[in-house]
Amino acid sequence: MAAMGLLAPNGRATGEVRFAGANLLTARESELNAIRGNTLAMVFQDPMTSLTPHMKVGRQLTEVLQRHRGLGKAAARDQAIAMLRRVQIPEPERRFVMYPHELSGGLRQRVMIAMALLCGPRLIIADEPTTALDVTVQAQILDLIRLARDETGTSIILITHDLGVVAGLADRVAVMYAGRIVETGEVRRIFKTPQHPYTQGLLACTPRLDDAATAALRTIPGQPPNLQRLPPGCAYHPRCPYVMDRCRTNRPALLPAAVGGMKACFLDDLHLKAAS
Amino acid sequence: MWSYFLRRVAIGIPTLWVIITVCFFLMRLTPGGPFDFDAPVPAEILANLRAQYHLDDPLWRQYLDYLWNLLRGDFGPSFKYRDFTVTTLIAQGFPVSLQNGLSALVLAIVVGVPLGIVAALAQNTRRDYIVSAAAMTGIVIPNFIMGHMLILIFGVWAKDSIFHLPAGGWENGALTHRILPVLCLALPYIAYLVRITRGSMIEAMRANYVRTARAKGLPFRLVVLRHALKSALMPVVTFLGPATAFLLTGSMVVETIFQIPGIGRYFVQGALNRDYTLVMGVTIISAALVIAMNLVVDMLYGLLDPKVRYDGR
Ligand code: SF4
Repeated sequence: MAAMGLLAPNGRATGEVRFAGANLLTARESELNAIRGNTLAMVFQDPMTSLTPHMKVGRQLTEVLQRHRGLGKAAARDQAIAMLRRVQIPEPERRFVMYPHELSGGLRQRVMIAMALLCGPRLIIADEPTTALDVTVQAQILDLIRLARDETGTSIILITHDLGVVAGLADRVAVMYAGRIVETGEVRRIFKTPQHPYTQGLLACTPRLDDAATAALRTIPGQPPNLQRLPPGCAYHPRCPYVMDRCRTNRPALLPAAVGGMKACFLDDLHLKAAS
Repeated sequence: MWSYFLRRVAIGIPTLWVIITVCFFLMRLTPGGPFDFDAPVPAEILANLRAQYHLDDPLWRQYLDYLWNLLRGDFGPSFKYRDFTVTTLIAQGFPVSLQNGLSALVLAIVVGVPLGIVAALAQNTRRDYIVSAAAMTGIVIPNFIMGHMLILIFGVWAKDSIFHLPAGGWENGALTHRILPVLCLALPYIAYLVRITRGSMIEAMRANYVRTARAKGLPFRLVVLRHALKSALMPVVTFLGPATAFLLTGSMVVETIFQIPGIGRYFVQGALNRDYTLVMGVTIISAALVIAMNLVVDMLYGLLDPKVRYDGR
């Protein structure tokens, strides 16, 4: 949201978001508008409410093309329908003149993806794109995202809680806790040898196929952090099984880890391996 | 859509009938009658009068007669304005109220809705506070005070300036005589419209689809006009339906203060004089308008929200 300049009025972001040579956090609205929907597109979490209810689907697509590509009505219509077809929406001409409420959740998310792809963006930020959908539809949408990535070569930042989605789609992973990155790395490495206690905890929570059917679901003990009042030092320390004295006062920096990637934790890698 | 429309009209008729019936008997139940004169009047004259207006018939008889006449478009004779029928009185008064009401309505929409949008988009800034506070003031001042304040300001204090406006009277609808009453009618509605528009606009701007529209890189103006405004207008339309009906049938208070010969003033005088037929006539017109405006509102929903369907039950 911060990267797109879409934070709520009371939201604050610090740091820097560099995209194609500009810092998006400090860019003016007009500069952002030239980028948003064009080279940087977004797919939102909830397709049921993310389309304007009183506009036909087609119009919501063509306005992007008219804005960024300066296309005329007819040309925009043709391109939009072609895009609907590419995201595998059956009967795109008919869907083009429908209102969002006449489409299923899965179709709407396809429309959202089509919308994001329209201008051939260099980067798509997908914020939990499948959370609001049925499981079977989720899989279809993920396939579609993968296809879009492979066909167009666009980069995708996928934000999700679902480790299965991560394993299936991602190349590089950044694990976040309390608004900060605590570990980054190549996807296999993260799943095989997680370096941060939070990542370990997350992975330990995933139910496995070979678990006994009666086994209780595992959880990370403690409460998720209150983002308004983060604990001092390492934000994870109230819940961390390895917590040390300095974790309570100092915040660990994100530094290269021995096995590759980066992590923000005072523990050294050896210790972690021994513990796990 | 047409069948829906016709069905609604069909439902409106029994509604109107219930209103007429309740109103008829309520009027007769109020103490006093149209021929309670201040000075004593000989009994024979009273009896004559009562006979002439059929007030000595049994009540059910009067009621049926009244309904029958109504069906033929006859509101009956006025009890007080002896030489006029209620139909003529309404025909004289209604256009006056209608013109004033329409002017006030247009003024209220043209000023109130944009101001509400401006306040919403500038939420929690000084501009918003000023507009909202002004609107709140407009709502809390009752119009009989507002009317007299306007008269005081423009009719008395501004006596010798170019802002001087007549304090009352109608003069066959001279422009200067219309300004103050229309202003007085419109001000509370402007205030309400500002508040309603501001609230619904703030809500609409928070909607997910408005976020999508912004993520598309649309200029802010388009985001507001194309994506947010339409859903923000729903509550405005809901409010405007009955508001229009009330405005068009003339405000009793405003027409009384400014001495305007509209049906609002007839209503007040009719009620004071127990002029049964006159009060009934104005009530029926108002009720019919309220019913009609509610129907108009429901039809407008269909334009604003494609989810509204008029088929089915
Ligand atoms: S820094 Fe300390 S508290 Fe934080 S994750 Fe590492 S060991 Fe746990």
